Amino acid sequence: MTDLSATVLEPELAPRSTAEERWRALRTVSRGDVVFRALLTVLALFLPLLLLLIAVELVSQAMPAVHKFGLSFLTTSVWDPVRGEFGALPLIFGTLYSSLVALVIAVPLALACAVFLTEFAPKWLRTPVATMIELLAAVPSVIYGLWGIFVLIPLLRDHIWPVLRPVLGHVPIFSGVFYGPSVLAAGVILAVMIVPYIAAVSREVLLAVPSSQREAGLALGATRWETVWGVVLPYGRTGIIGAVILGLGRALGETMAVQMVIGNRHEVAASLLQPGYTIAAAIASEFSEAVSDMHLSALFLVGAVLFVITVIVNALARLLVWQVARGSAVGSTAI
Amino acid sequence: MRGRLFRRMFGSAMTGLTYAAAVLAILPLAVIFAMLLVKGAGSINWDFFVKSAVPFGESGGGFAHAIVGTLIMVSLACAFGLPIGVGTGVFLAEFGGGRLGFTVRFVADVLNGVPSIVISIFAWTWLVKPTGHFSALAGGAALAMILVPIVARTTEEMVRLVPNSLREAALALGYQRWRATLQVVVRTALSGIVTGCLVAIARVAGETAPLLFTALGNEFFSTRLNGPMAALPLQVWRYALGPYDEWHREAWAGALVLITLVLALSLIARAVVRAKRQHA
Amino acid sequence: MLKQTLKSALLAAAGAGLLASAAAAQETMRLNGAGATFPQPIYQKWVLEYHNLHQNIEINYQGIGSGGGIRQFTDHTVDFGASDGPMTDAQIQAVNGNVYHMPTVLGAVVPTYNIPGVTAQLKFTGDVLAGIWLGQITKWNDSRLTELNPGVSLPDQDIVVAHRSDGSGTTYIWTDYLSKVSADWAQRVGKGTSVNWPVGLGGQGNPGVANIVKQTPGAIGYVELIYAIQNQIGYGLVRNKAGRYIQASLETTTNAAAGAVAHLDANTDFRISITDADGNDVYPISSFTWLLVPKEMTDMAKARALLEFVWWAVHDGEQYCKDLAYAPLPRRVVQLEEERLKSVTVDGQAVLPRNYRGR
Repeated sequence: MTDLSATVLEPELAPRSTAEERWRALRTVSRGDVVFRALLTVLALFLPLLLLLIAVELVSQAMPAVHKFGLSFLTTSVWDPVRGEFGALPLIFGTLYSSLVALVIAVPLALACAVFLTEFAPKWLRTPVATMIELLAAVPSVIYGLWGIFVLIPLLRDHIWPVLRPVLGHVPIFSGVFYGPSVLAAGVILAVMIVPYIAAVSREVLLAVPSSQREAGLALGATRWETVWGVVLPYGRTGIIGAVILGLGRALGETMAVQMVIGNRHEVAASLLQPGYTIAAAIASEFSEAVSDMHLSALFLVGAVLFVITVIVNALARLLVWQVARGSAVGSTAI
Repeated sequence: MRGRLFRRMFGSAMTGLTYAAAVLAILPLAVIFAMLLVKGAGSINWDFFVKSAVPFGESGGGFAHAIVGTLIMVSLACAFGLPIGVGTGVFLAEFGGGRLGFTVRFVADVLNGVPSIVISIFAWTWLVKPTGHFSALAGGAALAMILVPIVARTTEEMVRLVPNSLREAALALGYQRWRATLQVVVRTALSGIVTGCLVAIARVAGETAPLLFTALGNEFFSTRLNGPMAALPLQVWRYALGPYDEWHREAWAGALVLITLVLALSLIARAVVRAKRQHA
Repeated sequence: MLKQTLKSALLAAAGAGLLASAAAAQETMRLNGAGATFPQPIYQKWVLEYHNLHQNIEINYQGIGSGGGIRQFTDHTVDFGASDGPMTDAQIQAVNGNVYHMPTVLGAVVPTYNIPGVTAQLKFTGDVLAGIWLGQITKWNDSRLTELNPGVSLPDQDIVVAHRSDGSGTTYIWTDYLSKVSADWAQRVGKGTSVNWPVGLGGQGNPGVANIVKQTPGAIGYVELIYAIQNQIGYGLVRNKAGRYIQASLETTTNAAAGAVAHLDANTDFRISITDADGNDVYPISSFTWLLVPKEMTDMAKARALLEFVWWAVHDGEQYCKDLAYAPLPRRVVQLEEERLKSVTVDGQAVLPRNYRGR
């Protein structure tokens, strides 16, 4: 290592060996490093700052509505801009209901795709199919909305529902006349939009399952399918739940496509065939036209509610996914 | 205990279902693209890309102002957002072990989930109202707010993928930390970082809501950053909601151009990363 | 040799640049306006035609909704606003009274429907329309409807009501009319750009409503005349105050303004509602739409450009109304507007000269 004798005896005269230089380089933090880290830290602080500003802005603009309505804002259903009375229950209900429908449709579909891509698909098929599923995530929301109006709703109303009505018509959640714009239509569009996210993250989770697990299952005599169902999926359970919750988070905030197909009605209804409303769709519809200050404040307040819901849901999702992938941004390439 | 044959057949049936699921998942993509082709391809001509809006009743109008507007504002978003996003990503990968790193990572994930309409309202309150006018700069900034969290997380993942041995080798050779990070680590991860940026740019190019209350839109061709500017998704949305068939046809054409742009960017990005992964 | 070429190339470029900037020395005047979507087609036509006439003036108008127009105008983020519903007293107070309402065109809102097997043009009264939108009349063969339309066989089918989900001037005009003809409506719902609809599906924009009607058998909605015509969906006759059933058209809409206009005094602020107007040949669901222009502006050049444009719009611009299914303004309204435009000031000084006659 260091030639200590040289430094002790004749500090100025002893030549600095390259080993010592390296040792110094490893031990000391150069000025360049300090500046570099400081610069990166400043850049990184942008995001928390932005989040804080958004939260503060939302809350401060929402205060007038909070003072006027208090908790009843969350529990009443009357949305009357003329009289200045606002109750967001239908919005919150619709947001959660349409997202639930989306999950019910999307989760089995996305999981099946993920399983297909990791377990059953022939190797040459994996990349193209995965690519196409991920491309779905890139389609702009406004285009999904157009597709919803011109293709999906007529399809559901004129071709699919008439076939299903004799069977399902008596079930409460399918009651009533189906006009087209509805929670069901919104749920289906949302499902199409979140399948790529759930599928991509689930696929990463399943890929992370050690092959020893699969091999053990097969060695015990299970068929390939039984191995997937009984060994692989349970192993990746936590991560998959995280993927699902991630998809939920995306569904909650989706705006343009939903607004174009949900029927935009401030009403709580159990039936999927009835029109409904979501928070994001309401803000998009009414924000630019909200003439009274209280109306505006009510929209900010409901926006703040959505903000809180998405924060909680995303936090939950990430915590679960981190457990599996240990803090890496698994699935972020799908975003 | 079920017979072996039954189990095999059940397994095959399930496998078949997964095939069906994959087809079902991809179907909307094909249908959407087909729909846009059918409705929009007819209106795509040279004028569409070169001319801007003309008064109703005249022919030969186009979406040039919207296409250029989108290009300009997406470039602005990149100028504002990419340095911050990539910087944050590198920070998270290299120095992100502590509490600050945890916070920033969490915030990035949260912001990824915030509806873009909320960002739009926020941008209006902070960038439009105080300055007294709508502007492409505000639009670019709003898009940047959506861009940064995405780029930060993808950059972090890509930089993390670089094996530690490379870092250690660089340090062992006497590089200072900052040089090691920039010239070795980031350089190695560069194609992956670029991929992440391309994916984020594709996403941001298709956003309508953030531009509603910031860039406003413009009938005229404009490259002025300090005033309202047209954008492709905005124009598509407005024309689709207009009264005239003429406008509807242009909206479909605009949507076709938009989706082609977005899908092309996404495909390039994914091609790059897969080539990289095969190499590595 | 290369250096010579480079030098001359640079000189040529510099020369060209100078020439170009000299040519563009007449700087572009840019104005921004935002507001109602109802008149957007004609406003777009106007700004583009005006630009063809005066190449250095770009007036950018974007349809973000009447409420949006009022809000952006109040927040001074645009040079002028536009709205189908006039500003309320409170809103005028919020801008310290610094606003003139300038009527630009007239429009009509029609009840449009899609009843399988019915091609005839149905007759409605205000009362019946209110009943439908209140959810009191739920079937097409309700007696109140069959009474009005004896020759038509209306089916025993549910009425699917459609309305606007976004705030809108069209909604304002519609609910303004219903409030006048139905005390029940006035009390339960009232008028506004956004109201608490008792029943119905919400569509985004006029096309959203038109689409619901077009695609849903048994549906009824309200849209601006141009949307009904363009979408080729049937629209009905409405009974006016004089008791006659009138179809919306340019003439009947113009007539609706005539009555109110006859009583206009020179000090009017133009915030007139012409729904349910008196007169025989009058369509009852008509309305002005207004540009919101500040009374006192701060930039003389901008003020001049804006006022000259509005002057042109209400004179020459009216020639484009017919093709786009808007009704032009009555003569007297234009005359009064001329005086109003001349009274806009910058720092106390009138912007347009007293003898201004247009460009």
